[in-house]
Amino acid sequence: MTVGQVDHQRNGFHPLDLLYDFDYGTVTEENGRTVREWNIVAVDQEVEIAPGVYFPAWVYGSPTSAASRKQGRVVGQVPGPTLRCVEGELLRIHFANASLHPHTLHFHGIHSARMDGAPGIGRGMIGPGESFTYEFEARPFGCHLYHCHAVPLKRHIHKGLYGAFIIDPDPERQSGEAQKAARSRNHQYAENKAVNEMVIVMNGFDTNFDGDNEVYAANSIAFGYVQDPIPVRRDQLQRLYLVNVTEFDPINSLHIHGNFFDYYDHGTTLEPTLKTVDTIMQCQAQRGILEFSFADFEPGLYMFHAHQSEFAELGWMSFFEVLP
Amino acid sequence: MQKSDSLLTLRIPRWTLALAPLALLVALVAAFLLLNPLAFFSGAFPPLEQLNVQRVTFPAEGEIRLELINGGPDPVTVAQVLVDDAYWQYTVTPGNTLDRLERATIDIPYPWVDGEPLAIKVVTATGLTFEEVVDVAVRSPRADRGTLLAYGLLGIYVGVVPVALGMLWYPFMRQVDRKWMNAILALTIGLLIFLFVDTVLEALELAAEAPGVFQGVPVVFFGILFSLGLLLSVGRSGRMKSPLGIAAMIALGIGLHNLGEGLAIGAAFATGAAALGSFLVVGFTLHNITEGVGIAAPLLRGDRPALRTFLLLALLAGAPAILGTWIGSLAFSPFLAALFLSLGAGAILQVTYEVGRLLVRDAQRENRPALSWLNFAGLAAGILIMYLTAFLVKF
Repeated sequence: MTVGQVDHQRNGFHPLDLLYDFDYGTVTEENGRTVREWNIVAVDQEVEIAPGVYFPAWVYGSPTSAASRKQGRVVGQVPGPTLRCVEGELLRIHFANASLHPHTLHFHGIHSARMDGAPGIGRGMIGPGESFTYEFEARPFGCHLYHCHAVPLKRHIHKGLYGAFIIDPDPERQSGEAQKAARSRNHQYAENKAVNEMVIVMNGFDTNFDGDNEVYAANSIAFGYVQDPIPVRRDQLQRLYLVNVTEFDPINSLHIHGNFFDYYDHGTTLEPTLKTVDTIMQCQAQRGILEFSFADFEPGLYMFHAHQSEFAELGWMSFFEVLP
Repeated sequence: MQKSDSLLTLRIPRWTLALAPLALLVALVAAFLLLNPLAFFSGAFPPLEQLNVQRVTFPAEGEIRLELINGGPDPVTVAQVLVDDAYWQYTVTPGNTLDRLERATIDIPYPWVDGEPLAIKVVTATGLTFEEVVDVAVRSPRADRGTLLAYGLLGIYVGVVPVALGMLWYPFMRQVDRKWMNAILALTIGLLIFLFVDTVLEALELAAEAPGVFQGVPVVFFGILFSLGLLLSVGRSGRMKSPLGIAAMIALGIGLHNLGEGLAIGAAFATGAAALGSFLVVGFTLHNITEGVGIAAPLLRGDRPALRTFLLLALLAGAPAILGTWIGSLAFSPFLAALFLSLGAGAILQVTYEVGRLLVRDAQRENRPALSWLNFAGLAAGILIMYLTAFLVKF
């Protein structure tokens, strides 16, 4: 356990903000088509990742994220804002680089090479002070991610330029059981309100730049959800969008105490790809959706953490607090 | 009145001349601090951090204690502590931030395993880590009667006993020929040369472990020069030229060397780096026995000294080992150990010079070459015996 408390005020974002926030951007109609737009900015920002330990991070921020709306100004956060949309929409991400270094935005999804955010292709790296609009259709539905693809790649990722990117399935494209599942997954439908949805990005920080992480975390703050356990109601289905962006270590993992879950690898299916498991592993950029329930469980603190004990002891340890 | 009076012949009071440069220095430093004219060189750089772990002790089961010193130019703030790559509870006294050259103690309640290695890292506010690896975790000795007695006895066995045993050869040595006596003196010089080289190298090794700001390695050289110069000046007085005087100087030099040896042994046992095997005790006895011979050698000329004299000389050469084991086990500091060893090395050098002069003077009186084959054999034998017996004690 770390000693002391992280000043979340100073960071500009709270771990519970990051857990529940979905940045839906601004929705408009163009020629009968839904267009969803975001403004994403890249900034250099110092983040306190463990009590008293400050990391010189490069982060993304958006004016429509919870942290920014709370502060009344654009706040950089790590992981970056969780961008959420519905499959089939036209997405426009207006990226502005307010950092001292060139960056890009590379999305995991289906899109053209020109909009890929890779250096040397299309617009390539966006220099300091420059901007670019990435435009593509939201597909396929699932739990995805975005990150900077500027070079040197390791540094641009491990310094904090990443975030979750969720595409909800469109129930109109499904039928039967699949349609029911899609309605539960789509934020625009009533069935979704009954589900407690959370986002966790597994990450780590190499504070002394020796090629090894000194801090591991769920949503950046070491032992963040030990200090502030995640409240869980027994009458709700729990859905966790889990993304791994940990650099330097080949794999990361998640294990829940006392309970088992269904896992949807990449979230691109409406049926679980793995049923009734309690530990899954993810390589960098692998992600998925976990669904579980604490119905009929005794109230109390249920630990969940990486099952690499080393990562758990270095900060990637959390608690669900099952409420009576 | 002469109009050609130059400024230099003006009656400026002496104190003004002494104070003026100082005043100018103060003004310059003040201007620098206030105006920051060299702002060109400052940028958004992180502070230059350097934390040195002076000692790691295990005061009790489930307790680890780190003694830190800030050996760098900028203040360092301790943020977190890692034991075996796990963030752990800790308390730091007096506070988290250490200014330049400030010390702090970190107490960690951790269930360390007896006899197993441990890696402790201190994480600072900027995310830098400073690691200290403990080769073997063992309970550290406390300054109670039992410990002091045990380590004291160790010091006696390692220091006083061998020297006293070596001196027992005195009656035999007194019976032999003049040329053999000189050969024994040559053996003493060989022994002293070995001790000098050994002490200097040990001192340098320890100096390298000390924080850089203390400049351990240069201090070793200065220590040698200092004690050499000091003892040479003292040795110029007539009393020091007598056989007893020379024997006393040899005993002093060897005493300082044994102090360093005691420091090393005490620290080694206290940190579990060495276990007391009979091998080690026998080894030290053999290794240090020649020291007794060396101290007795100058007393072969002139009157036979009283038994009391031999005892006092044995104590002078051997007792510092007791002090060394006590300090080494309870309060070891690599810098101070290096310093004491360097003083000892300087003393040994001075004594080597004195004994050499004795040998040369004797040879001249008898119209024989100082570096005869016999003497050379004695010198080589001295070095060889020390080298071979060291096999039993070096690790």
